[in-house]
Amino acid sequence: MSIHIKNGRLIDPKNNIDANLDVFIVDKRIAAIGNAPAGFVAEQVIDADGLIVVPGLVDLAARLREPGYEYKATLESEMAAAMAGGITTLACPPDTDPPLDEPGLVEMLKHRARLLNQARVFPVGALTYGLKGTELTEMAELSDAGCKAFGHADVPLTDTRVLLRAMQYAATFGYRVWLRPQDSFLARNGVAHDGEVATRLGLPPIPVSAETVALATMLQLARETGVKLHVCRISSAAGVEMVRAAKREGLTVTCDVSMNNLHLSEIDIGYFDANCHLIPPLRSLRDKEALRAGLRDGTIDAICSDHSPADEDAKQMPFAEAEAGATGMELLLPLVLKWAGQEDLSLAEALARVTVNAAQIINPKMGHLSVGAHADVCVFDPSTAWIVEPAALKSQGKNTPFNGYTVQGKVRYTVVEGKLAYQSV
Amino acid sequence: MNNPQLNRHGELQHLLTTEGLPVRIVRDILDKASEFVSAADGHEIKKVPLLHGKSVFNVFFENSTRTRTTFEIAAKKLSADVVNLNIGSSSTSKGETLLDTVDNLCAMHADMFVVRHSTSGAAHLIAKHVAPDIHVINAGDGRHAHPTQALLDMYTIRHYKKEFHNLTVAIVGDVLHSRVARSQIHALSTLGVPEIRVIAPKTLLPTMVERLGVRVFHDMAEGLKGVDVVMMLRLQNERMQGALLPSAQEYFKYYGLTQEKLALAKPDAIVMHPGPMNRGVEIDSSVADGLQSVILPQVTFGIAVRMAVMSILAGSKQ
Repeated sequence: MSIHIKNGRLIDPKNNIDANLDVFIVDKRIAAIGNAPAGFVAEQVIDADGLIVVPGLVDLAARLREPGYEYKATLESEMAAAMAGGITTLACPPDTDPPLDEPGLVEMLKHRARLLNQARVFPVGALTYGLKGTELTEMAELSDAGCKAFGHADVPLTDTRVLLRAMQYAATFGYRVWLRPQDSFLARNGVAHDGEVATRLGLPPIPVSAETVALATMLQLARETGVKLHVCRISSAAGVEMVRAAKREGLTVTCDVSMNNLHLSEIDIGYFDANCHLIPPLRSLRDKEALRAGLRDGTIDAICSDHSPADEDAKQMPFAEAEAGATGMELLLPLVLKWAGQEDLSLAEALARVTVNAAQIINPKMGHLSVGAHADVCVFDPSTAWIVEPAALKSQGKNTPFNGYTVQGKVRYTVVEGKLAYQSV
Repeated sequence: MNNPQLNRHGELQHLLTTEGLPVRIVRDILDKASEFVSAADGHEIKKVPLLHGKSVFNVFFENSTRTRTTFEIAAKKLSADVVNLNIGSSSTSKGETLLDTVDNLCAMHADMFVVRHSTSGAAHLIAKHVAPDIHVINAGDGRHAHPTQALLDMYTIRHYKKEFHNLTVAIVGDVLHSRVARSQIHALSTLGVPEIRVIAPKTLLPTMVERLGVRVFHDMAEGLKGVDVVMMLRLQNERMQGALLPSAQEYFKYYGLTQEKLALAKPDAIVMHPGPMNRGVEIDSSVADGLQSVILPQVTFGIAVRMAVMSILAGSKQ
C-alpha cells in the first residue's frame, strides 16, 4: 500500500518542519518527505490542498470503557471517535471492569483494538491488583503483554507504603508510573473546586490541598525511588508550581493537563451544569491561567482529552450525583487549536503537546513523521468553523461541556499504519 | 445565561433560590403574603380560592414533616388539591431516576411541584426538565438553597423592623452545611441590608464565604455587638461531635445563644430560628421562649409566604 499526501502544509513538531511538503507512505512507514522516493507509485492520493498534515495525535487519557462498561461505550464507537479526532495513539487508564491488572486482559484489549485497525491502544496497567491499593500487579508480565506504563486511574492509592513499593518495583524495570494527584481524605465526597462557586451552590468541595498534598507525597517518593513519574491531569496553580520546582531540581517528572481544565473554570458550572462535573474539578480562573502558563513554559508536557464517555442517564442527575467526566477525543484537536489561537502560539508549538511531547511519555516511536516512522497521519482543515453538537459526535458518550461552542479545525483524513482509516467530506 | 427562575415576561416561573431573584419579585411576595395575614389579629390566615382546581405535589426525597406540613396547609388555604409523596431514597434504590419519578408525577397532572432533595441543584434539574406550564418550588436542596424559609424570614424581619436599609443582621452557626443561611444571605443583600454578619468556628464556614457579601466573625460576643436581628441556624446531630466540632457542650459554650450574649445585641433585637431547635446546643431555652424570640410567629408567617409564592406562580403567564 502506498499513499501520496500532496499539496498540504506539513507540520511535524519533532523535526521542526512547518512547510509545504508532500508525504510519501510505503508499506506502513513514512518513505519520504518532500520528494518522492525512487520508483514510488501512488496507489492512493490524498489532495491536502489548503489542509494541514500532522503526525497522528497522541492522547494520554482516553477511556474506551471496555471491558465492563459497554453500556457507556464500546471499542467500536470510541475508536471511531478517535479516528474522527485524528488520534492515532491513545493511552487508556486501567479503570475498566475488571481493572487492567492481568496480562490476559491487556492482551485481549490490544487484540480487539488491533482487529479494528484504527488507533493504537496502549493500556496503562494497574499498579495494584483490582486497583485495591494493597498488592502489586505483575508489572513485568503486564509490560510483556503491552503495557507501557502503570497507574491507578482515579482510584486512590492511600497506603503510602504500598505506593513506595510500587514505585520501587516500577523503577527496577524502568517503567513510568502515572498518577493523578488527589488526596482521598481531603477530596472525600467532593464534587467541585473549593471556591466561590461551590460555596454559592452548596456543592461539596475538593480543595486545592487535595492535589498539592498528594503531589508532595508522590514527588518525595519519586525523589527517593528514582522512578519516572508522570503526573496526570494537574488542575491547580499550586500544583503547577510544584511540578515546575521538581523539574528544576532534576526529577524525572512529566505532566499533562486535560483540555477541559485548560478551557473551562468553576464559573462554567453555571446553574449546576452536570457536564461540568469533571475529575479533576474545574478550578478558579487563576488556576486556569496558571495551567496555561505551565503548558507554555514546558512545565506541563502534554494536553489530553481525558475522554470519559457516559451514558445519558448518568448525566441527567443532580450535579453531585451525576457521573463525572466528559467525552473528548473529537474535540482535542479543535481545542488545542483554540488554545494556540488564544495564546498566539505557532501551530507547531501547540501541536507538539499532542504529538511528540505526549509520545515521549507513552511511546517515543509515535508522534512524528520522520522517514522510517510509523505512517500515522492526521490531515485537517484548519479554517472550517463548526459547532459542537453532541448528537453529531461519533463517541457513544454525548456528554460535553463544550456543547454549542464554535470551534475550528476539522479532521479530513486519518491514516493509521499506512492505511486510510477515516475520511470526511 | 438565562435566569432559570423567570419566564420570558420576567415573571416568576419557578422559585429555586433567592440568589438573583429581582427585588421587585421579593417585595411582591412579601406584600402578597401580608394580604393573607388577617388584619384582625395579625396571625390568622384566611382561606381563598386562588388555586382551586390545581394540583400541588409535595415531593420530598428527603423527609421533613414540618416543611411539608406548612406547604400543605398553604396549598389547602389556597383551595388546591394536595398530594404528599415521601419518596426518601427508596425509589432511587429501586432503580428509578429522579427525572423518571418526575415524569411519572407529571403524567398524574401536577400543576406545581414542591421539591425537597438532599442534593444541591435537584430543584434546578427538575425545573429544567418539566413542561412550561408546571411550576417548581424548591423546598430545600442539599446545602444550596431554601428560598421559602429565607423569604419568610424576610417577612418576619419586615414585620418587626419595617425597613431593611438600616439593619445589622447576624447569622450564627453551621453556615457550611446550611441552605437556609445561603438563601438568607442572598435575600438580605437583595433587600439592601447594609451589614450581614456570619458567626461560626472556621470548621463550619465554607471557603470564601466573604464573597457572598458577609463579614466573618469567630467570636460570638464581638459578632453580636449592636445587631438588630439574630438568626440562629440548626446544628445537625451528626455534626455535634467528630472532626467538625469536639462536642455539643463546647459548641453551646462558645456559639450557643444565651441571654448573656443576646444582651450584647441592640435591646430591641429579635431572635429567629428556622426550626427545629436544639435547645441547649445552639440556643438556650430562656432565649427561645423569651421576649425577643419571634420563632413561633416565623412559623405562622411561613404559611402566608408560601401561599404568596404559590399564588404568584399560578398567576404567571405561560
